[in-house]
Amino acid sequence: MLKLGHSLIEKIHAHGERDYPNECCGALLGREEGADRIVTGLMPFANQRGDSPKNRFSIAPLDVQMAEDEAKKKGCNLIGWYHSHPDAPARPSEFDREHAWPWYSYVIFQVEKGEAREMRSWRLNEDRTRYAEEGIEYIASA
Amino acid sequence: MAVKVVIPTPLRQFTAKQESVDLEAKTVGEALNSLTSRYADLRKHLYSEDGRLRSFVNVYVNDEDIRFLQKEKTALTQGDTISIVPSIAGGAGR
Repeated sequence: MLKLGHSLIEKIHAHGERDYPNECCGALLGREEGADRIVTGLMPFANQRGDSPKNRFSIAPLDVQMAEDEAKKKGCNLIGWYHSHPDAPARPSEFDREHAWPWYSYVIFQVEKGEAREMRSWRLNEDRTRYAEEGIEYIASA
Repeated sequence: MAVKVVIPTPLRQFTAKQESVDLEAKTVGEALNSLTSRYADLRKHLYSEDGRLRSFVNVYVNDEDIRFLQKEKTALTQGDTISIVPSIAGGAGR
């Protein structure tokens, strides 16, 4: 289960609505507690896919390293990533699966006509063939 | 050459939770081969089915991207640190 506070959800939604009709993206910082993951902070990033930002996103390795360093500084972990699907469902595309890393939580949310809608979280299975959905539990705050 | 390979968080589940692995290798390719021989489950996450490093897998030797060196043929010297750093990509993909 991925536990996500309301204020962080609002920030993710706002990022997706601000960047619409392009995809937005960012890092999820947090901690693991048993089988659960608790998101405690976000790091929004600029989508590097200038050629096709409406249906693709990418985050450069230096930004990934920066997110790792920030997590370490805050005493937590880089546990995953969020990105928006403008006018498309909140489930991973084949392109998402081909480019995914194991272990990370991938939060995907739909932005329909500029308005944030459904949000779901996914994790790639170990043989890379499919994603498993990870439930999101909405909490007051982390 | 004795070198160190730094493993990114999402792949540590395949290296017995180790943050880095020490091994002997003369080139980056040899080091990655040795790593994936020792931890076979890593291979499919680093390499595509045609045997090439996946596009979102970035490899650095002492902070220098191997794409700007001799890629997997990049020679190593004693004590080098090889870092595997993810880039993140995806999208609705229509």
